[in-house]
Amino acid sequence: MTERPSLFNIVSVVFGFAFLYLPILLLIIYSFNESRLVTVWAGFSTKWYVQMINNEGLMNAAWVTARVAFVSATIATVLGTLAAIVLIRFGRFRGRTLFSGMIYAPLVMPEVITGLSLLLLFVAINLDRGFWTVVIAHITFSMCFAAVVVQSRLVSFDTSLEEAAMDLGCPPARAFFSVTLPVIMPAVISAWMLSFTLSLDDLVIASFTTGPGATTLPMKIYSQVRLGVTPEINAVCSVLIAVVTVGVLAASIVTKRREVERQRAERAAIAGN
Amino acid sequence: MAPTTLGPIQRKFAPWDDPSEVPLVRFENVTKRFGDFVAVDNLSIDIYPREFFALLGPSGCGKTTLLRMLAGFEQPTEGRILLDGQDVSKVPPYRRPVNMMFQSYALFPHMTVEANIAFGLKQDRVPKPEIEARVAEMLKLVRLEQFGKRKPHQLSGGQRQRVALARSLAKKPKLLLLDEPLAALDKKLREATQFELTDLQQELGLTFLIVTHDQEEAMTVADRIAVMDHGVMVQVATPAEIYEQPNSRYVADFIGDVNLIEGRVAAIDGARVEIAPSGIDARFEVAEAPDTAVDDTVWLALRPEKIAVSMEPPDDASVNCVSGEVWDIAYLGDLSIYHVRLASGITVKSAQTNVTRLIERPITWEDKVYLSWTRDAGVALIR
Repeated sequence: MTERPSLFNIVSVVFGFAFLYLPILLLIIYSFNESRLVTVWAGFSTKWYVQMINNEGLMNAAWVTARVAFVSATIATVLGTLAAIVLIRFGRFRGRTLFSGMIYAPLVMPEVITGLSLLLLFVAINLDRGFWTVVIAHITFSMCFAAVVVQSRLVSFDTSLEEAAMDLGCPPARAFFSVTLPVIMPAVISAWMLSFTLSLDDLVIASFTTGPGATTLPMKIYSQVRLGVTPEINAVCSVLIAVVTVGVLAASIVTKRREVERQRAERAAIAGN
Repeated sequence: MAPTTLGPIQRKFAPWDDPSEVPLVRFENVTKRFGDFVAVDNLSIDIYPREFFALLGPSGCGKTTLLRMLAGFEQPTEGRILLDGQDVSKVPPYRRPVNMMFQSYALFPHMTVEANIAFGLKQDRVPKPEIEARVAEMLKLVRLEQFGKRKPHQLSGGQRQRVALARSLAKKPKLLLLDEPLAALDKKLREATQFELTDLQQELGLTFLIVTHDQEEAMTVADRIAVMDHGVMVQVATPAEIYEQPNSRYVADFIGDVNLIEGRVAAIDGARVEIAPSGIDARFEVAEAPDTAVDDTVWLALRPEKIAVSMEPPDDASVNCVSGEVWDIAYLGDLSIYHVRLASGITVKSAQTNVTRLIERPITWEDKVYLSWTRDAGVALIR
């Protein structure tokens, strides 16, 4: 492809990326604004970041969110992986279609309904709302995503690997942990990261299921925005963006490097034989 | 001085003919059904220690199911499987003294070659120095000493195949199961590996059970071949017997190339059975046709290389001789296959070795030729 891109192509790319990233860019720029007014530029300053760190409410909310995301992502990944294994491995069992349908249903369920139904459940069983109810709610919806991600990897998993392990004297459970799990680990990690992000991101379900002392960051931001957008919020969002960007970049660099190494090794193997 | 005679050069290995031999594996009336589909149908067979036994058949004939039942991945629906006299039908795969080499090799991608080979020994909690010694021994056996630290994806196909073999041999199993072990290799490598396999099997004194759909492979490696069709063993015999004395049209046709001519038993006279072929004006004779009576329908099975082609009629053209027109010639370099169409419309194939260097063979298209063979050349089949 030595041909130069046409004017149309260039314009498409520029507009596309502008559409995606201009709002985010503006947000980051205004987080360094000296002025209190969000829309008026009055010079560079990092004072909003300092204020953000000193804002105890905001920091608490961030800490709650991180804990909720970590715990719910971990449990959701375990449950999602188990569900994926059942769906792939146990062939046609009674109620399989129902089971797979029920796993996927929360993917398309409006969040309001998921949140409301969970709230009704917690009220009905008289569970005090707080940190753990948010965690349970987040597990409920992110588990489906985890199941989908792990299942797509398991479809192409060669079951003879597990059979080989058993053939060599390894009982089924140990075969799973010493052979299957390491092989599907990248998918399990992606499932965890996806669940973590979903939890980090959620406002609606958390609003329904939370209680005193368990305000998550999105809830905090939302409630503050209702009183007026401050550059402090911009600062918080910029930090969030930075965290996500670093995470995504690190993951893709690791994957890319491994891929390059693998290709080089394969070339060496073919040339060496 | 007494005259020296030429004795049998090759060691005669035939434990299946010796009633005092104890089989290593015994299938007793084993049936395996998957729903309505019968994969293995009331099958009984004995396999003896140190034997190289091949299961040969088209895909879906039940040969892989048989292998998987022996490995423990499938349970027989009916019947018993005895290993060394013990019923193993209900024993899970991880408790059987049997190892398997998988068609896909099933090497653990996240482990080095050494770790792959050591895997089975680790499961048995073999002491570490012993594991290391055995791994080194196995790497030497398959000539991969320099590759121990590599991961499977850093190896070529042939090397992976040898790692899979080393891994399945590391535990010194009583019985090694090989599921299409050479299917993924190219032709040259496959041929070389076939000999390596037989050498290894003899050197280690192990029992090998191989599943293959490649008849040449089965003929090369096996002491005995079982030809399977629809869950039953049609014939179990040595490669030579399978080829020279097939017991049915199915076996004759599956192994090698064959001409099948339908006919009727005209007369039986001791070592001479006369066959009247249907639709051909000729008289055929075979040396034997067991279990037949006069007027039975039989099929004369004739291997192409046992039929001679000539422009002139042979000395005795009254028996085992037909004439026709050369319809097609397949020149393969070492051989030429002549497709001769008889007056009745039947095509008979004859293979001639090209012993001389000639660009043009004397027999060519549309020539009128005579096909002849000896009384020992053909086999009369009743099914």
